[in-house]
Amino acid sequence: MTNGQANKPKAAYMREIDVSTITENIRDMCIEAVHYLSDDMKQALYDGEKNERSPLGKQILCQLEENLDIAGKDMIPICQDTGMAVIFMDIGQDVHFTGGILEDAVNEGVRSGYVEGFLRKSVVSDPIIRKNTNDNTPAVIHYNMIPGDRVKITVAPKGFGSENMSRIFMLKPADGIDGVKKAILSAVSDAGPNACPPMVIGVGIGGTFEKCALLAKKALTRPIDKRSDVGYIADLEEEMLKKINDLGIGPGGLGGTVTAFAVNIETYATHIAGLPVAVNICCHVNRHSSREI
Amino acid sequence: MSSMDNKINAPLDEKTTENLKSGDYVYITGTIYTARDAAHKRMQEALEKGEELPFDIKNNVIYYLGPSPAREGRPIGSAGPTTASRMDKYTPQLLDLGLKGMIGKGKRSAEVKKSIIKNKAVYFAAVGGAGAILSKCIKSSEVIAYEDLGTEAIRKLYVEDLPVIVIIDKEGNDLYETAVLKYKKD
Repeated sequence: MTNGQANKPKAAYMREIDVSTITENIRDMCIEAVHYLSDDMKQALYDGEKNERSPLGKQILCQLEENLDIAGKDMIPICQDTGMAVIFMDIGQDVHFTGGILEDAVNEGVRSGYVEGFLRKSVVSDPIIRKNTNDNTPAVIHYNMIPGDRVKITVAPKGFGSENMSRIFMLKPADGIDGVKKAILSAVSDAGPNACPPMVIGVGIGGTFEKCALLAKKALTRPIDKRSDVGYIADLEEEMLKKINDLGIGPGGLGGTVTAFAVNIETYATHIAGLPVAVNICCHVNRHSSREI
Repeated sequence: MSSMDNKINAPLDEKTTENLKSGDYVYITGTIYTARDAAHKRMQEALEKGEELPFDIKNNVIYYLGPSPAREGRPIGSAGPTTASRMDKYTPQLLDLGLKGMIGKGKRSAEVKKSIIKNKAVYFAAVGGAGAILSKCIKSSEVIAYEDLGTEAIRKLYVEDLPVIVIIDKEGNDLYETAVLKYKKD
């Protein structure tokens, strides 16, 4: 090479972000997420109340709308189970975090949000010994690298009434789309009143054992009035919503025609031998708050 | 569902549970107690050791609840029901000791149903995920046992017109099974 300039390393561009910014944002997002729902969820409650055919179901949906109203006005969490903090961080690869350890900063945000925001501390440090950590840490954090110099954070506090009813199915390729439909319906049917219907159903199809679970969780953060970009998946979402509402479970599981508000499905490539399906169930308090820094 | 809205008092007496039918929408006023997973485990351990329960359970109602912390000037934070089936393992023993009512959400086991019939008790549901509005019915709250359990401590509550629905009545009728059939399409 004749031009010596070509071998000279280009000065690396890095955007510096002090981790205290992450802490402050996560603190505020935890508090925001458990007191207010996104507009798509509010609209679904409103439409559900109009469409529900059971009088008792209608009455329950009315109560849930009023509940949401009180939560925001009086700063009382929508549900006492303010969840385990699930945090998605999409980090631009041109970002350099300064001022501390990122993971500590995230957990500090959760700690201060839950302590200062009067949120319930629902986390135990060990699954068998079960001692409460008294500040709702640690969070469950999913890091993802993306191009650019921005950081996108989604805080999704997950309640366990519905989390406990979620399932993973390791189907065979021969089970095909009918197997997927059966799996989704059986999970929702078994969840019934335990998962605080009307539910939002997050489904992950493909990937590996853990990838499909993560897809299902991520699916719950997509606006529920937005269908998949993949044609046949959008159709599947519509079909499953109708089938779920035909189960008759209804609001509170007390019978009715509004059992779920939406089915959000995400897919990923998978192995020639497998067809993993994860069904992550969320109650009507489908909370998530997102910010881009 | 009964067309009549009823008001009942807690603690319950047998006459009250006699008249409650699966599907009734009722309002509870009086003293009730909270207990969920960890408190039930402690109560069972106490009974195994031959110790007394932290409150007289006879004719009382347990609300399966772990509230969020109270803001200043309020007796309690958000206060909706938790999933009752997690307490199924401990419930028949408490019903045999005189527990008369439970408030939670979600299905109960066959053993619990049998024990409800045997002891003429009742299982109510409050609306899950309505913790803000339900908290308005709670007028006072006092931790009476297992304070170290935080949200899972046993609290004595005074409630006024707490709205609940009878799910399982003393005959074992289960609203979760019957109501769904009305709206199920094949």
